[in-house]
Amino acid sequence: MRINCPVCGERDRREFYYVGDAVTLERPERNADLDVWDDYLHLRDNPAGLTRDLWHHEAGCGAWLVVNRNTVTHAVSDVVLAREVAR
Amino acid sequence: MGFSGFRVLKEGLFGQKGWTPQWRNPDPKDEYDIVIIGGGGHGLSTAFYLAKEHGMTNIAVLEKGYLGGGNVGRNTTIVRANYFLPGNSEFYSHSLNLWEGMEQELNYNTMMSQRGVINLFHSDGQRDAFARRGNAMVNQGDDAVLLDVASVRKHLPYLDFENGRFPIYGGLLHRRGGTARHDAVAWGYARGADQRGVDLIQNCEVTGIDIEAGVVKGVQTMRGAIRAKKVAIVTAGRSGQVAAMAGMRLPIESHVLQAFVTEGLKPVIDHVVSFGMGHFYISQSDKGGLVFGGDLDFYASYAARGNLPMKEHVMEAAMTLMPMIGKARVLRSWGGIMDMTPDGSPIIDKTHIEGLFLDCGWCYGGFKAVPGSGYSFAHLLATGRHHTPAAGFRLDRFRDGVGLMDEEGTGAQHNLH
Repeated sequence: MRINCPVCGERDRREFYYVGDAVTLERPERNADLDVWDDYLHLRDNPAGLTRDLWHHEAGCGAWLVVNRNTVTHAVSDVVLAREVAR
Repeated sequence: MGFSGFRVLKEGLFGQKGWTPQWRNPDPKDEYDIVIIGGGGHGLSTAFYLAKEHGMTNIAVLEKGYLGGGNVGRNTTIVRANYFLPGNSEFYSHSLNLWEGMEQELNYNTMMSQRGVINLFHSDGQRDAFARRGNAMVNQGDDAVLLDVASVRKHLPYLDFENGRFPIYGGLLHRRGGTARHDAVAWGYARGADQRGVDLIQNCEVTGIDIEAGVVKGVQTMRGAIRAKKVAIVTAGRSGQVAAMAGMRLPIESHVLQAFVTEGLKPVIDHVVSFGMGHFYISQSDKGGLVFGGDLDFYASYAARGNLPMKEHVMEAAMTLMPMIGKARVLRSWGGIMDMTPDGSPIIDKTHIEGLFLDCGWCYGGFKAVPGSGYSFAHLLATGRHHTPAAGFRLDRFRDGVGLMDEEGTGAQHNLH
């Protein structure tokens, strides 16, 4: 699997650290209800097919990336900088 | 029909003509007391123990493919009870007890081989951690022996003891651990359940779960609607998709875990051996193949095949630990879809929907749990009460943070197990 970093270009999967579903970008308010935090931290759609992950280009430019990827084929379709998504 | 050595001999003399199919192939009825979704190891053992321990036989196991075609046919066949944390240790202890009586209980040769599991350690700190784990195992009533390096040399003379980076300091031996023939375990439970009247229905994918006013009423399948008083989801890596049919999201992310096998070799590795400084563990099958594996690829996947970086890591670890393995040729590799929970421990619980039950989240440790999971889940389904050894496997432990079982001590977060 190779990931096309918007900063560095296409790089080997080994350079990247997988964080998980990109819902982690949508952090709840500090005093949000327990269910909201449970939703955010633990519960997942866990799709078989298209998914939206958060990765860190750890051994490259250090950018946080939102990776659109297929969990069945491992095909990476689209990668954008997380700061553009989270804005 | 019972199996015995005498029958094998007799059939051998008379052209193997007396064997009959090991289970029926029934059409689904309109209604069952319990419908179990998923005909893998856990689903089949659940059906078996419902029939045997609770006398419930109006049960269907619905399998979208063929029996035992998922993770129970894709694992590295290791059986052990060397867990550390309360909640896990009593469960796996109970499961190992069931393993030890399984062949007699099922009248089936599951090739249970208690050849011993040796977990190697490579530093003083790791020795302390393993001594502590060993004490926890002994306190649980299981067995553990801390081996010094001279004893490990006697058991495993082929290791690279003087490795420059990771010298071997000793190992934790768990004698009652070992391996079993994974397919035979599924087949044995299937046959046992079928003999007691359970309907095993293959090629029958569930497409919907019927719920009215918060109560489960049955399932929709490729072969029509089936009513049920209780529905049990036992679908491992596919738990997320099946739970979604009931409008639920689970604390599960599915990942790929790879395994490897070499060409058949003369007997050389007598135990199950794990490396303490990298992700690598190995045993030798009765057919002679070296069966080994490593860690997750660490990204969500349903591909049932992995990527090269983890293959490379596993091969490097293998060469570091036992350089002789470089002479063996890898025949094939494959991947299984692991239902990973945030704390790396499983779920056996009711849901907020009345009559809908969950058995999932077995992560990369489901095979050794097959008998215990079936036994405890059957208890919950039949009585409505948690079976004591599995009482810690609650679904809501993530929400409130009480009773998390983080066996690796890395934190209860999705990408850490």
